[in-house]
Amino acid sequence: MSGTDIGFWGVPLAMFAGAIRVSTPFLFVSLGECLTEKSGRINLGLEGTLVFGAMSGYAVSYLSGSPWLGVLAAGISGMFFGAIHGYICKLPKVNDIAIGIAMMLFGTGLAFFFGKPFIQPQAPHLPSINLGGWSDYPQIQSALEINPLFLVGIVLAVAMWWAFKNTRWGLIIRMTGDSAPAALAMGYSVDLVRFLATTVGGFFAGVGGAFLSLYYPGAWSEGLSSGQGLMAVALVIFSRWNPLLCFAAALLFGAAGAIGPALQSVGITQGYYFFNAAPYLLTLFIMIASVSPKRSLKGAPGELSITK
Amino acid sequence: MADIAQQDATPAVYGGLAELLDRLRRSSEYVLIPLFALVAAGLLFSIFLLALGQSPATFFSLLWRGGFGTGFSWENTLVRAAPLILTALCVAVPARLGLTIVGGEGALVLGGFAAAVASIPLVNAGAPSFVVLPVMGLCAIAVGGLWIGLVGVLRHYRGINETIASLLMSYIAIAIMNFFVEGALRDPANPNKPSTQAIGEANMIGDVPGLGVHWGLPVGIVVAILLWVLMNRTTFGFAARVTGGNVRAARAQGLPVGRLIVISCAIAGACAGLAGFFEVAAIQGKANASLAAGYGFTGILVAFLARQNPLAIVPVAVFLGGIAAAGGLIQRRMGMPDATVQVLQGLMFVVLLVSETLYGRMPFFRARGDKR
Repeated sequence: MSGTDIGFWGVPLAMFAGAIRVSTPFLFVSLGECLTEKSGRINLGLEGTLVFGAMSGYAVSYLSGSPWLGVLAAGISGMFFGAIHGYICKLPKVNDIAIGIAMMLFGTGLAFFFGKPFIQPQAPHLPSINLGGWSDYPQIQSALEINPLFLVGIVLAVAMWWAFKNTRWGLIIRMTGDSAPAALAMGYSVDLVRFLATTVGGFFAGVGGAFLSLYYPGAWSEGLSSGQGLMAVALVIFSRWNPLLCFAAALLFGAAGAIGPALQSVGITQGYYFFNAAPYLLTLFIMIASVSPKRSLKGAPGELSITK
Repeated sequence: MADIAQQDATPAVYGGLAELLDRLRRSSEYVLIPLFALVAAGLLFSIFLLALGQSPATFFSLLWRGGFGTGFSWENTLVRAAPLILTALCVAVPARLGLTIVGGEGALVLGGFAAAVASIPLVNAGAPSFVVLPVMGLCAIAVGGLWIGLVGVLRHYRGINETIASLLMSYIAIAIMNFFVEGALRDPANPNKPSTQAIGEANMIGDVPGLGVHWGLPVGIVVAILLWVLMNRTTFGFAARVTGGNVRAARAQGLPVGRLIVISCAIAGACAGLAGFFEVAAIQGKANASLAAGYGFTGILVAFLARQNPLAIVPVAVFLGGIAAAGGLIQRRMGMPDATVQVLQGLMFVVLLVSETLYGRMPFFRARGDKR
């Protein structure tokens, strides 16, 4: 062990590795939520979508033997949930926040229902790309084992940021989110734009769920997701509806989530459960620091019910 | 002014009975639409069962038998209804102010945990149960009230969305309990399941004589009635409802909006904390992970089904308690996963919220002469 033991340097390294590993689901869910919220609607049900995506991805990967098919299945099931949410919310007098809570309970219930037979079996995992071959330290090597989905997420974040600014579709979504009457005056169907944005957002959240079950932690269980989908909603507010900042915030949340396991890896087990609460506390403090009742947030879509 | 005069004049023509029937017909909207939603959810769930090759008839008859069929199942149902009444009140009271608080689970867990912790020194000192139980109850109420009260403070003074904050705080509450239960306060007498020290057989709350149900149920019903009076027959409740209707109007009238929000949230949290107290003092006997059994989340559905009316919460809690109680029987007899009940509840919740769109659209429920 003498040559490869890096002592307490393992903590920041493990947090760095954790930031990369744990952040991917945050990244996908927050990008999905960002897209939905930009169109002027909030989907609190992405937690349920994430759990159902994790289950369906794992099940399809196990049954078909192809983890990538699992990712696709997770995305499509997520899309389905997004479409239900998007359809229901366009009915008059329906509260989008309450529907989100209901879809969250419904989605997790369905995932547990269908996921029962898949708790035991081992499904094939997503492969990883090893970028740490140059190092002699196994810790660094394992820290730099990067999942392709992480890279896809980065590309997606940049693409969304660019598309919001520079494309016709980006402008239509932003306009619908800022002022429904303006979109109506321009001849666009507000309901249709929001329906599509919620559906695609659901797809992203489903993919984020597949990462949980197919890469890290890498198995389907009922306690797999612990509020990542919900934290992602807060994360979008923190990153001011900017996809690039969503990426930065996802890394931060990943690092916070990795504190507990990182300390455990160097033998500090005291307070494991306390550090488990770190991401939730971080979310709450970030919201306290970044939201103010006196002014509206910069970049906030004007039609969004949650910031009113 | 002319409209009002006309409305007042119309019933006189039809007489007292007709007026009563007319009013019943109009207010039946708030009962018939949720009932319709439940039936629709039941039909959708039957389709779901048929698609899986299961018999809906077997399912619903088992549901009836497991929830309401026998004396034993009634006991089981009512034991579950007790915490549901209190966690539903945790949703319903802030809802009158237009707040969607869904953190009852966290307040229940922390309230129960606080009660168990408070009992440790008292039990070790040999205090009698008439000292131990009130102290436990007060601690649970205070901690639960502070927990959700904090959500209200964050909402009013920092503008943080109360739905997200309360859900996040549920996760934090469960983590706090786990931290202590697995660490400093772990009782070595429970090697298999980390728990706090048991409160002792002598301090457990017994059953209501003649009913196989603990005192949490009558207490829950009394609290529901008290809160109905508070929200519907007092100045406080009126001010709260004005605030829920229109915050700006409330401010213009000089109502203390911030204080109303924080107090209502604290009352809500106190209810959920009380539910936690009964779970510890009447069921578990100690605080452990079993406290987070999902009563807080089912309570949200109860409150929405009851249209946030504290009195309606009581029968709805019994109804949903029955569904939960039947879960075990359905699991054993039909070989279906324990999440079956969760799917049914989720479906009911979604359909119920969709049915909100029907209010004011059905001509049958309109006042006479209203030709919208």
